[in-house]
Amino acid sequence: MSDLKLGRARPMSPHLTIYRLTMTMMMSMAHRVTGAALYLGTLLLAWFLIAASMNSATFAVASGFMHSWLGMLILFGFTWALMHHLLGGVRHALWDYGWGLDAPEREWLAIGTLAGGLGLTLVVWLIYGIWG
Amino acid sequence: MVELTLPKNSRTIAGKVWPKPAGATVLKEFRIYRWNPDDDANPRVDTYFVDRHDCGPMVLDAIIWIKSKIDPTLTFRRSCREGICGSCAMNIDGTNTLACTKGMDEITGAVKIYPLPHMPVVKDLVPDLTRFYAQHASIEPWLKTSTPAPEKEWGQSPQDRAKLDGLYECILCACCSTSCPSYWWNGDRYLGPAALLQAYRWLIDSRDEAIGERLDNVEDPFRLYRCHTIMNCAKACPKGLNPAKAIAQIKGMMLERR
Repeated sequence: MSDLKLGRARPMSPHLTIYRLTMTMMMSMAHRVTGAALYLGTLLLAWFLIAASMNSATFAVASGFMHSWLGMLILFGFTWALMHHLLGGVRHALWDYGWGLDAPEREWLAIGTLAGGLGLTLVVWLIYGIWG
Repeated sequence: MVELTLPKNSRTIAGKVWPKPAGATVLKEFRIYRWNPDDDANPRVDTYFVDRHDCGPMVLDAIIWIKSKIDPTLTFRRSCREGICGSCAMNIDGTNTLACTKGMDEITGAVKIYPLPHMPVVKDLVPDLTRFYAQHASIEPWLKTSTPAPEKEWGQSPQDRAKLDGLYECILCACCSTSCPSYWWNGDRYLGPAALLQAYRWLIDSRDEAIGERLDNVEDPFRLYRCHTIMNCAKACPKGLNPAKAIAQIKGMMLERR
């Protein structure tokens, strides 16, 4: 016992890199990521509205960007982030009422949020494609 | 605080591959986290091969087999070997569970074993649970009453007793708390699923008379509200309990008393 290395810092056991991902865990991360993305999307929306309120030249610039290949891609991502985050919020509201916390329900809610978010995004863009 | 990567002294390095047992026909590969406080090396992952025909069916049987037949320095906690003491909680195949109730045949490929995640390691698979126990103590897990004690005992109807089912069975193995990313990042201030499940167990006990005091004790942005319903706790619990639900019910009680 005489050569015990007292005071040697204990290591921290591995966590994120070794834990098997679960559906509910990924949906929690996706809720955060989409929430952060909404800040950026809202900035873009604000820029578009400010440009629209100024004059036709600035509006043309903003509108041109929105209709460009990159602009459309960003808007598509923004739509998905909005829909996914919206359904994630509904999921959290259900939990706050004490519903959907048990084993099969929580998995269905997770899958439903993912599928529903993607589905609603496609619906929005389909509407845009038809009437836009 | 969120720190996605491990500190320098905690990063694992390649470990030793121990020789296969002679004469064995059916082998199971084990990759086990090792850290020795008595040398200066970083943690490493050692590879062992277990003779399935010479060993019981559970992961605990296998690590006891390794300790007796291959490497007596392998260190882990175990006691009851039937899922009631909670000692052999560890991360097996990416999920926290009890080694004694996890069958080897439930795992395809090599069995990877780590200590419970994001905890200070005492040695090999033994984490330091001091803080975890202190958090349990902080919710004051005992009956608190102010009325004079009855002559015989504190009575409880079968219906009220039934409310404790799914809560009293907790064995404090720490599988749930150490599976929770919120607890990883804020374990110093967030009580974690295990302590909060126990907090709820006393909150809904019909005999307890300290509800207000108990709610005050956990009403805090960190102590209670760091739960983001990630649900790893409920999935990890080897007793099939649902700490996430208990936490949601505490949040409900907070709203009710406003």
